[in-house]
Amino acid sequence: MEILNWMAKFGTYAVMAGILIFALGVVTLRNLFHCALCLAAALIGTAVIYVVLQAEYLAAIQILLYVGAVVTLIIFAIMLTEHLAETTIRQNNSQSPLAIAGLLGFVALLTALILKTPWPITQTALKAKVSVMGLGKALMGAYAFPFEVISIILIAALIGTVVIAKKDDPEERS
Amino acid sequence: MIVLPLPHILIFSLLLFAIGVYGALVRRNIIGILISIELMLNAANINLIAFSKYTSLSPETGQIFALFVIAIAATAAAVGLAIVLALYRVRKTVQANEVNLLKW
Repeated sequence: MEILNWMAKFGTYAVMAGILIFALGVVTLRNLFHCALCLAAALIGTAVIYVVLQAEYLAAIQILLYVGAVVTLIIFAIMLTEHLAETTIRQNNSQSPLAIAGLLGFVALLTALILKTPWPITQTALKAKVSVMGLGKALMGAYAFPFEVISIILIAALIGTVVIAKKDDPEERS
Repeated sequence: MIVLPLPHILIFSLLLFAIGVYGALVRRNIIGILISIELMLNAANINLIAFSKYTSLSPETGQIFALFVIAIAATAAAVGLAIVLALYRVRKTVQANEVNLLKW
């Protein structure tokens, strides 16, 4: 049992390292299509992390919405705008050293903060189980208002997307 | 059930967020910037779920707000990519530094 537990921990850290490697691929690869595939891999790895944190419903939603919908949308946009053969175009601007220096400082500061903060970890929270039924009840009860706001944002964004992306009719402009 | 130390998860999501910020700062392609923003939102989601797992009094809260973040990320991607397509149709470019119509 002990060895199983240890292996599961090791596997989780391996998944984390894999996500970071794929994320580096997302921001450094030259071919945008490969970037989108790396993003899909990183998102699937994140779903694994959700399962480890016992948020199985969120993992399913992550796979469905992110890997299923958002990545498909991004790949569509890449296909419609890029010519895949033209990978010789420079993809990055010249701010890279500055960005790396600033981000190293940011990461160092926040790491020190994370390690110093006494997190109030409670055993009751660790033992609590979140069921889909509990999520639905909270969504319809305590969080009904943000839920409605989200639905309004969704419908507004959908209409806006259609309006922006549709072709302009020349006759309409008279 | 595996219990990782909370700081390890937080540092992992911090690194993921930093990689996303790097991409958003450095990429010239607008679609590349959008992909980096998705990475950042993902890192924030991991933080929300980790906190709701380890510290929260009502364990549903973090997961519900992670759901909201996922919904907002989907709308952001849809609207952003629609703008990119409209821009490509008019200007024939997706490089952020070539879109400087409002710059003086």
